Amino acid sequence: MALETKVYQKENNLRIGRLVRESLTDMYASRFLARQLAVRDISAQYRQSYLGIVWAFITPLTTAVVWIFLNKSGTIQLTDTGIPYPVFAFSGTLLWSILTESINSPRTSTNAAQGILTKINFPKEALIISGIYKLLFNSAIKVVLLIGFIFLFGVGYHHTLWLFPLALFGAILLGTTIGLFLTPIGMLYNDVGKIIGFGLQFVMYITPVVYAMPKEGLMKVLMELNPFTPVILTARDLAVGFTPQYLTYYFIVLAACVPLLFLGLVFYRISIPIIVERLSA
Amino acid sequence: MIAKTMDTLQPTNTPTSEPEVLVKVEGLSKKFCKDLKTSLWYGMKDLASGLRGNKAERELRPKEFWAVRDISFELRRGECLGLIGHNGAGKSTLLKMLNGLINPDAGKITIKGRVGALIELGAGFSPILSGRENIYNNGAILGFTRKEIDAKLEEIIAFAELEEFIDMPVQNYSSGMKVRLGFAVAAQMEPDVLIIDEVLAVGDLGFVLKCFKRIDAILPNTAIVFVSHNMPMVSRICNRAILMEKGGSIKQGEDVSGAIDTYYGRFANNEMNVVFDDGSIDLKVIQIITPYHNENGLPQLHWGDNLEIYFEWLIKKEDTSPQFSIILFDKEQRPIAILDWKKTSGIDRKNKLLRFSLIHKNIQLSRGIYSINILVSFGNTRAPYLRINNALSFQILQEEEIWPPFLLKTEFNNKD
Repeated sequence: MALETKVYQKENNLRIGRLVRESLTDMYASRFLARQLAVRDISAQYRQSYLGIVWAFITPLTTAVVWIFLNKSGTIQLTDTGIPYPVFAFSGTLLWSILTESINSPRTSTNAAQGILTKINFPKEALIISGIYKLLFNSAIKVVLLIGFIFLFGVGYHHTLWLFPLALFGAILLGTTIGLFLTPIGMLYNDVGKIIGFGLQFVMYITPVVYAMPKEGLMKVLMELNPFTPVILTARDLAVGFTPQYLTYYFIVLAACVPLLFLGLVFYRISIPIIVERLSA
Repeated sequence: MIAKTMDTLQPTNTPTSEPEVLVKVEGLSKKFCKDLKTSLWYGMKDLASGLRGNKAERELRPKEFWAVRDISFELRRGECLGLIGHNGAGKSTLLKMLNGLINPDAGKITIKGRVGALIELGAGFSPILSGRENIYNNGAILGFTRKEIDAKLEEIIAFAELEEFIDMPVQNYSSGMKVRLGFAVAAQMEPDVLIIDEVLAVGDLGFVLKCFKRIDAILPNTAIVFVSHNMPMVSRICNRAILMEKGGSIKQGEDVSGAIDTYYGRFANNEMNVVFDDGSIDLKVIQIITPYHNENGLPQLHWGDNLEIYFEWLIKKEDTSPQFSIILFDKEQRPIAILDWKKTSGIDRKNKLLRFSLIHKNIQLSRGIYSINILVSFGNTRAPYLRINNALSFQILQEEEIWPPFLLKTEFNNKD
C-alpha cells in the first residue's frame, strides 16, 4: 500500500487548479466532520435554551414588525410595493438576515474553532461547510415562517415559489464568497467583524429590504449598483409570483461568485496556517 | 553556537531490511514575534506574501526570534524520538510544524502515511452534550468516519471505563474522565506517525499505564515523536532523543540517556535549600571526599566506588542531641535510599563543632544524578532541628543505561 506523502515547507504551491482540487477533495473527505460539527452546535444550542428555535427568526421578524408599524402608523410614507407590506417587509428582512449570516458564517465558524485549529490538523474546509449547514438549518425555519406569511396575507401560491430555495442558494453563495475573503483578516483583527456588522447596517438602507426601489434619483442609482439588490429582489419576486426584473444582473452576480468562491477557498486554505501561527496558544 | 554533537543522520541508500523513513526533517526553522500588535501586522504581511508563494528567504524582522532553529532528523517505522528541553525550548512549536498546523519559515518536512496527534485530547467536545455524542464529535475531528465510530463505540466506552456515565453531559465529568474519554477515542487511531505532546500527564496511574500499554502495542508499526518532561517515561519508550534549547538542538542521537543527563545537568542548581531550621544546629561543610572528578561543580563517581561524605556542623544550643538522617533522591525527586550506620557514642564536640564522615562502600546506584536531603532531629518522635533539601548532588558514571535507580552486582552460578 502506497503511503500518502505530505510535505510542509515555507514555499506555497500556487497552482490554482491543484489547490482548488485539494480543497474540494478535503471538503468531500470531511463531509462527516462538517455534519457532525453542525449537529453538535445546533443541538448544543437548543439543549441549553427554552425558546430554542425562536432565536432563529426573532431578528428579521422584529425588524419587519418595526417597519410594518412605522408604515401602518403613517410615521413613514412608503411607495406601494405591489404586495401586502408585511410580506414585503418580512421577506426583505429574512433574505437580508440570511445574507448577513452567510457573510459572517465562515469567520464565526473559524473563530469558534480556534481551540482545535491550534491543536489538531483536520480539513479546515469542514468549518465552512458546517457553517453553511447551520445557516441552512436556520434559513429553513425562516422560510417556513415566510410561506406562512405569504398565505396569511393572501398573496397565495405561485409555481415560482418552488424556485425560491434556488434564489436563497444564490444569497448564500454571494455571502459565503464575501465572507471567505474577509475571514483570514477577520481572524487577525477583531475590527473586521465590527466593520462588517456596522457597515452592513448602512448597506441595508441602499438595498430594497424594507422599502421598494424608488423610480428615480440617487437612491435608485445606488440600489442598482449594489450587488445585493438583484439577489434580494429576485428571491422575493419568485416567492410572491412576480416576474424577476433584475434577472440578468442576478446571473451576472452569481457567475462572478463562482470563480471568486474558488479563489476565496484557496485564499482561506493558504491563510489558515499563517493565522494559526499568530493565534497559537 | 549550536553544536550538533552526535547527530546520526542515516545515509539515504538504506538496505532493504531497514524499515522505511516515515519522517524526514531538514533544516527546519520557525520564528515567532514577541509583541502581539507587531505579530498581527506581520501576519497580514505573511498573508500577502503567502499569496505570492513565499519564495523569498526569511530573515528575522524586528521583535522576532527563532523559536525553532535548524532542526534535522529522520525517523523510521518502529522508532520513537523523544523531544526534551526546558519550557520554551521550541518542542511544541516543532510538533505543530510536524503536525502541519503551522508552516516552517525555513527547511522542509516530509511525512509519509497517516499522522495521528495526541496534542490535545477531547478536541471538539461540547460540554453540554453527552459523552456518547462527544465521541462522535471528537472522532470526526480525528478523521474517523461515522461507520468506524459506530463499530468502535463499545470498545471506546470500555477503554475509557465510563460505561456508567456515558450519557451524562461532559461538563459534569472530572478532568480525568474527560482525558480518559479523549484518549480512548484517540487510541483507536492506527497512525503511521504518532505525535504525542504532554497529554498523558493527567489521569490516574492506572490510566497512564493503560496508555503506555497501548503505545507499546502500536510502537512497532509506528514512528513516534514524544514530547515530555517526564524523563523516566522518555527513557522507557524512546530509542533516540533530541535535547532542545532556545530552538536549537544541542544533543541529538541514539544516546537517550546522555541527552537526559545533559538535560538534568542544565537544572543542576547546587543551591541547598533549607526548609526548616529552629536555630539549634547549622550545616557548615558538606562535601564528597572520595576521589572523584568534578564536572561543572558536580562531583562524579564511578559505579562501585566508595561514597564518602564529610560533614561539619555548628551546634548553636548546648542541649542539642542530634540524630542525622541522610536520604538519597534521584533526579526525579523520588526518595530511593537512606543511609544507615551504627550510632557512634560520644559525639566529639570541639568548639561547638561536630565533624564526621559517612562511608557507603561499593555504591550500586545506576547511572545518573542524585541528591542528598538531610534531616537533623531529636528524640523518638524525630522532631526536627533542621531539614535541608538538595544539600549535595553527585553523579554516578556507568556505561549501562537503565531506568531503575539501582544496578545491583549479581553473580551467576551455573547449576548444570
